[in-house]
Amino acid sequence: MSKKDLKQYWKTNLRYLAILLSIWFLVSYCFGILFVDQLNQFRIGGFKLGFWFAQQGSIYVFVILIFIYVRLMNKLDKDYDVDEK
Amino acid sequence: MDVQLLTFLIVGLTFALYIGIAIWARAGSTKEFYIAGGGIHPIANGMATAADWMSAASFISMAGLISFMGYDGSVFLMGWTGGYVLLALLLAPYLRKFGKFTVPDFIGDRYYSNVARTVAVACALIVSFTYVAGQMRGVGVVFSRFLEVDINIGVLIGMAIVFFYAVLGGMKGITYTQVAQYCVLIFAFMVPAIFISLNMTGNIIPQIGFGGTTADGTFLLDKLDQLHTDLGFAEYTSGTKSKVDVFAITLALMVGTAGLPHVIVRFFTVPKVRDARKSAGWALIFIAILYTTAPAIAVFARTNMINTVSDKPYAEMPAWVGNWEKTGLLTWEDKNEDGRVQYYNDQNDTFVTSIANPKGWNGNELVVDRDIMVLANPEIANLPAWVIALVAAGGLAAALSTAAGLLLVISTAISRDLIKKQIKPDISEKGELMWARVGAFFAVLVAGYFGVNPPGFVAATVALAFGLAAASFFPAIILGVFDKRMNREGAIAGMVVGILLMLFYMMKYKLQMFGGGASEDWWFGISPEGFGTIAMVVNLIVSLVVSRMTPEPPQSVQDIVENIRVPRGAGNAHQH
Repeated sequence: MSKKDLKQYWKTNLRYLAILLSIWFLVSYCFGILFVDQLNQFRIGGFKLGFWFAQQGSIYVFVILIFIYVRLMNKLDKDYDVDEK
Repeated sequence: MDVQLLTFLIVGLTFALYIGIAIWARAGSTKEFYIAGGGIHPIANGMATAADWMSAASFISMAGLISFMGYDGSVFLMGWTGGYVLLALLLAPYLRKFGKFTVPDFIGDRYYSNVARTVAVACALIVSFTYVAGQMRGVGVVFSRFLEVDINIGVLIGMAIVFFYAVLGGMKGITYTQVAQYCVLIFAFMVPAIFISLNMTGNIIPQIGFGGTTADGTFLLDKLDQLHTDLGFAEYTSGTKSKVDVFAITLALMVGTAGLPHVIVRFFTVPKVRDARKSAGWALIFIAILYTTAPAIAVFARTNMINTVSDKPYAEMPAWVGNWEKTGLLTWEDKNEDGRVQYYNDQNDTFVTSIANPKGWNGNELVVDRDIMVLANPEIANLPAWVIALVAAGGLAAALSTAAGLLLVISTAISRDLIKKQIKPDISEKGELMWARVGAFFAVLVAGYFGVNPPGFVAATVALAFGLAAASFFPAIILGVFDKRMNREGAIAGMVVGILLMLFYMMKYKLQMFGGGASEDWWFGISPEGFGTIAMVVNLIVSLVVSRMTPEPPQSVQDIVENIRVPRGAGNAHQH
């Protein structure tokens, strides 16, 4: 793999990381902690929304984030021909 | 059959299973001993990681803690799951590509320095020993309550079991027993939760049930908030900790999780880089099953407990109150001598003067240890005897699986990172394997000693093991992958400053050394539990500044960094 390709591959990886980690930060630290009082004014069923994000929602999102990353990277590895045979 | 006999039977069966697996999965080489031969399926590894990760604290204590902390308990839920996102995205695939056996291996090679390696070994030992002592204690508690044997004998039995499969099987034995232990512990955790959810809310899924309504049509959480305010506590769904502290603790736990050596090393056991990513995802799924159920159990248990005891005559208390009084984990003192149990927040002055005193209440009379909520839950909810026996087996599975993972880290730190890499590089494969077993043997002895004689600081520092991992390993590994310019000087300075700062803060505010201090004196209002966040940031800054003022790493090391960034050519983890 050429230096230029490697750079491009790494840059795309970093972009994925930035996007996914922003969502990671948003659901836990923003929804679950910083803005929990504002979100608690809304409800889903018996849950106050902020409380739900802190004790349930953020965990579900974490799981989804990892599997999105797995998919994105498997595809990226193939595109740049650096996947494991 | 009575509960006692059933418990012996179920615990005995699970132990026989673990021993059987250990004999079947003996390790024949160092590669099998350290990383289970590197051929573990990602889903099996996910399960093993989940069991490795979820300790006696997760199984026995966490739901109880949340039950008493309400919203504030979210720090554990988010903190101990969010770290897996960091692991999967920032650490696991690169460390797998690097293809070594231990975390100090990575630090030592990436930073071309045996000083760095030794610092990493010291950090790994500090983190693992504080952690493992708590596990052995958990084993003892379960034995003493359910099998009514002495706590110390319980610890000894636990030591014997762990010794058997960790020393014999190494990582290979541990991996397969952990898969079995995960199945036992998750089954034991879910069965009572589902039963109770059905009883209280009519919903079979606890995660949905605790947002549902009770028999009288009100939402369970609203009802619990009401019970709390009626007794002078803060609302269950809103916390009492400051936002900045909740933020710091959550981050310290997340980053600490991603920096724990016994978790990281699990990702060396899968065949490919892409398996390492996927495996972290599976691990989090298996963990999330327990972690999303725990807050539901917390709500059910809290509501049940308050309804059962609050202002009720002591003579009418159910049997579990007496059972737990015997262990000393639950105490009742009739302060106003009216024969009824008063349970309320006597620290809340307005509540005490306006409501409690006029009623003739004379202080809170019931003290419940947080640790008993999960263990007592099946009794509180009147579940059949086999469920109670199952919970005992689950608690033991959780404690033993984590203890084994930690013991392996300790033994490899000794046999590989110290003896093979530093003291006697020409040691034979057989000799190294022998040392790994000797290391595991001593680690079991030390862990058992702390289990029998728990020093006061252990309980206080288990939670802080995360702070220590966050302050030392996490920045060194991340920078090792993402910053090609990071050099030996920067990483060593960062790790040393980070872990010393964390130790200092912990000793000052937890153990009252160096002049001590109360919570008003905390820096930036951050508790020792959350201080790992600050120490980690300091580590990062020190590393970056020092590295820019010192020579860049040699070309060969920069090539290694380029190489670990792409998956191809990972091959098997090897030992050069």
